[in-house]
Amino acid sequence: MRGASTDVAIIGGGLIGVWTAFFLARRGQRVVLFERDVVGAQSSGTNFGNLRLQGRFPGQYPLALRSHELWEDFEALIGEGCEFARTGHLYCAFDAAEQARLEAYAQVSQQHGVVIERLEQPELRKRFPWLGGRAVAATYSPRDATANPRLATPAVARAARRLGVEIRENARVTAVARHGAGFVVTTADGTELGCGALVNAAGAWAVEMAECFGETAPVFAAGPPQFVTEPLPFVMAPSLQTIDGSVIARQTERGNVILAGYPRTAADAVGNRAPVPPAKTLAAMRALAGLVPALAHGHVIRVWSGIEGYLPDMIPVIGRSETTPWLFHAFGFCGHGFQIGPGVGHYLSDMIVDGADPPPLAPFSIARFRTSATISDKFHKEFDDRPDKGNRALSARPS
Amino acid sequence: MTSVQFKRVAERRGARVVLTFEGSAITATSGDSVLAALLTHGLLVRRHEFGDEPRAGFCLMGACQDCWVWSGHGGRLRACTTPVVEGMTLFAQPPAARDE
Amino acid sequence: MSSIVIVGAGAAGIAAAEVLCAQGHRPVLIDEAERAGGQGYRQPAPDLALDMRRLMGSEAARYEALHRRFAALTERIDYRPRTLVWAVEGGTLHLLREGRAETIEATTLLLATGAMDRIAPMPGWTLPGVFTLGGAQVALKDQGCLIGRRVAFLGSSPLLLLAARQYRQMGGEVAVVADTTGLAAKARALPHLLASPRTLLRGLGYMADTLRAGTPLLHGVTPLAIEGDGHVESLRLRDAAGREHRFACDAVALGYGLKPESQLADLAGASFAYDTDFRLFLPKTDGFGRARPGLYLAGDGVAIGGADAAEASGALAAYAILSDLGKPNDAAAIPLMRRVVRLRRFQRGLARAFAWPVAQIRAQAAETVLCRCESVTIGAVRAAMAQALGPVEVNRVKAMTRCGMGRCQGRVCGPALQEIVAAATARDGAAAGRLRGQAPVKPIALAAAGDIAP
Repeated sequence: MRGASTDVAIIGGGLIGVWTAFFLARRGQRVVLFERDVVGAQSSGTNFGNLRLQGRFPGQYPLALRSHELWEDFEALIGEGCEFARTGHLYCAFDAAEQARLEAYAQVSQQHGVVIERLEQPELRKRFPWLGGRAVAATYSPRDATANPRLATPAVARAARRLGVEIRENARVTAVARHGAGFVVTTADGTELGCGALVNAAGAWAVEMAECFGETAPVFAAGPPQFVTEPLPFVMAPSLQTIDGSVIARQTERGNVILAGYPRTAADAVGNRAPVPPAKTLAAMRALAGLVPALAHGHVIRVWSGIEGYLPDMIPVIGRSETTPWLFHAFGFCGHGFQIGPGVGHYLSDMIVDGADPPPLAPFSIARFRTSATISDKFHKEFDDRPDKGNRALSARPS
Repeated sequence: MTSVQFKRVAERRGARVVLTFEGSAITATSGDSVLAALLTHGLLVRRHEFGDEPRAGFCLMGACQDCWVWSGHGGRLRACTTPVVEGMTLFAQPPAARDE
Repeated sequence: MSSIVIVGAGAAGIAAAEVLCAQGHRPVLIDEAERAGGQGYRQPAPDLALDMRRLMGSEAARYEALHRRFAALTERIDYRPRTLVWAVEGGTLHLLREGRAETIEATTLLLATGAMDRIAPMPGWTLPGVFTLGGAQVALKDQGCLIGRRVAFLGSSPLLLLAARQYRQMGGEVAVVADTTGLAAKARALPHLLASPRTLLRGLGYMADTLRAGTPLLHGVTPLAIEGDGHVESLRLRDAAGREHRFACDAVALGYGLKPESQLADLAGASFAYDTDFRLFLPKTDGFGRARPGLYLAGDGVAIGGADAAEASGALAAYAILSDLGKPNDAAAIPLMRRVVRLRRFQRGLARAFAWPVAQIRAQAAETVLCRCESVTIGAVRAAMAQALGPVEVNRVKAMTRCGMGRCQGRVCGPALQEIVAAATARDGAAAGRLRGQAPVKPIALAAAGDIAP
C-alpha cells in the first residue's frame, strides 16, 4: 500500500458517520471520513426531523435516551444550532384498540423513565383545541423534540472537523480491503488510505460494503411521502403522530407544517430516486386535515421523500462485524436514525476505542441475520407492498 | 403621496360587487380580480409572514405566489387570479395576527 | 385512440390544438387561466371597455386572429379553463379544478406552459408598487389598470419600451425607461437581430416613440435602490456616465427578459441543459419539440422565442405528435421548423442585446433580499456558503438557507440565486446546478384532497 494512514476511516458522511467521527476525535483518534457526495445529502438531510422518545422499540431505549441528552446539549457540544426544539410529542389513537396499543407503548416508555401523560376526550381537546374530534385518546411525552435535519449533519461535520477529523467530500470509495491488521481504502481518484479500523456507515451502499467482507443484511430502500405547507399561524406546539401512521406532522416555529406518513414507497437508492406518488400526497393531506381541521385551508407547497434503508425486523445494524476484526457497521436505520444518531456515534466510538461491547448496542448486531430474519409487524403495515419482494439478501433465505 | 396603487384607465360595465378588506367596504365590478379591487382602493394586499412588511403582489399572473390573502372563512385566495365575489371578507393577515 | 392533452392555452397550445383538430383529433386543452390567450395574447375581462386593437398596436391583427381561431376550435376540443396541473406521474396528470383534485390520463402530453419575467433583485424590490414588467402589461390587458400613476420601467428587455408605450397611450406617466445593458452591447447583437427585421424595426420604432414623448431613456444603468416608506416613492440609479439619478414614481415595472415556466416539464421527466446565452437551464427537445417519448414541449415554456415562435412551435409539436402517431406531414412541418429556428435565433440575439446583468447581481449588497417568499438575503446565502463544508450547489444552498423554498418554489429567485452561488464558487452559472422541481407546481390547499379520511 502506498500513501497515508489513519486510525479510523469512516465511509459515509450521513448523520451516523459524522457523529461517529465527532466522538472518535474527542477520544483522540485520527479520523478520515469519506463521503461520495456532500455531508448530509441523503436521508440524514431529508428526513422528518423527529426526536421522538415515546413508542420506540423497547431495546432501543438506552441508546435513544443517551441520544436525547446529546441532542439537548447540541449547541454546547457542536458550537452551532440545528433548530432543536423541545416540542413534546402527541401520539393519537382513533379507537379503543389503538388506545390499547398506545397504552402498551406508554408502559414501555415509562419503564425507561420517559414521562408520559395520558389524555382522553374531552380533556384532549381542551388541552389541544386545534385537534379535531377524531382522536379519542393520546399520550403526550413532553421531553420529545424536533430538529432541522438539513442543518444538523453539516453542523456536526464542522464540529468534527474542528476536532481534527479530515472530511473528504465528493470522495467515492471504490475499494476496501484487508491490509495487515487493518484496511486500505481506495477512492475514485486512485488515492489509498490505510486505517486501523473501518466504519461502514454508507447508507444505501452499506450492504455492498459488508459483502466485501463476506456478510450481509437484507436492507431495502424506501421513503415516506412527505410534504410541507406554506407558513401558517403557529398553533401546533407538539409534534403529532397517529398510531395508524397516517399522520406524522409538526409545525416549525416559522409556521410551516411538515408531514410524513405511511405507507412508504420503495425507492431506488443507487439512482437516488424516491418518488412521491401524488395519490399518497392527497391521502396524507386528507388525513392531516381530518386530524387538525384548521389546517384544511393551508396549502401544500412542496413534496419530497428521502431514501431510507430498512430491515425486515425494523431495527438497524450497529456494531462490530461478524467476519472481520476492526470492521464496524452502522446502517439500515429503518427511519429511526435521526433520533439515535448521536448515541450511535457515542457508543460506537467507545466500542472502537475501548474494544468494549456497550450494552445499548447489544440488540443491533449483524449476527442476527445469520439465521432467518424476524419480520416485524410494522414491516407489513408501513409499506406499500411486501417491500422485500425481489430483495436478493432476504429472498435467499427460508422464512 | 398616493393612497392607491392601481389607476383604472378602462371602464367596467359589469355588476357592482361589494367586498370588505381589513374591515373596510370596497366597491368593485364583476370581472375585477381581487388584486385589482384591492389596489384600486389602497396600497396593500397582504403582510408578509416574516417581519410583517407590506406586500402588494408582484407578478400579477399567478406565478410568484406573493398575493395570497386571508378570507374571513379561514381560506386563502390568490388575489391576482381570483375574481371578486359579492360579500367576500378578506384580510391582509391571518386571524391570530389580526387579534394582536 | 390516443388521448392527447395540451397544457396551456396560449399561442403555442392553441396552434397545436388547431393542427390536431384538423387531423381529426379532439385534444384536451387544459389552462389555468379564466380565458385563453396566455400572457402575450391575454384578453380583457368581460365588460371591460378596453381598446385592445389600439393596445396591441402592430400585433392587433395577430391577436384578433388567434382568438378568432380559438373561438372556432372550442367546440372541437375538450377545453378546460381554470384548471391547474399540479403534478405529473407517468401518464397521469393530477389536476386541481374548482378547489378539487382530480386526474386525467394522457398518452401524449404537450406542455405549452409559457414563461414569466426573469427578475434581478435590488434594494427595495419587495416594496408594494414594484411589479414584474409582464405584470404591468397584465394589469392593463386583463384589468384595464395601470400599476401606478407614474411608472418607472427598469430591467433589460425590449418589452420595457413596448410596455412604456402602452402605458403612455393609456394615459399613464412614464418616469423613466432604464435598461441595464449598454448601447454598445446592443449594437454588437445587431447581426443576430437581423434574423427578424420586422421585429427589429418595431423595436427601434418604440425607441423613437419614447424619445419623442420626452421620456428619459437610459441604457447601461446600474440600479441602486427602489425607495419608499411602505410603498414605492422613487427609483435611484446610476447612469452609464456614473451620474446618480432619482426618479420620483409610485410604481416600478421590473423585467430582465423571460424565463420558461418549466416546472411541469421537469416533473414530466424532461432533461435540462444550461444555455449560455440565456443563462438559464432549459428543457431539452429535438427540433420538433420532442422531449421524450410521449412528451412534447412548445412555446416560451421550452425556449424563449416570443409569441410568433410560440405559435409556430406549437403547430410544429403537433405535427411531431401526428408523425409519431403514424401520420407524418413533412411538407407542413419543415417550413415551420425553419421559422421556429429563425425566430428563436432572433431571441438569442435579444438575450445578448438585453443581457441578464450578471455582474450587477453578483455585486449586490448583503442586505438585498434574494428570496421574497422566505425573506432570505443575499448575505445569508453567502454566509452559508462561506462556512466550512458549506453548500456549493443551488439545491444544497436552498436546503441550508431556505432560499427558493417558499410558496413560489424558486420561480422568482432561482436565476439570481444561480448567479450568487456561481459567484461564491467562482464558477459559471451551469456549475451552480439547477433547482430541482417538486410537486405541487403551485400551492394546493389540503382541502383540495377531498373528504376527510374516514
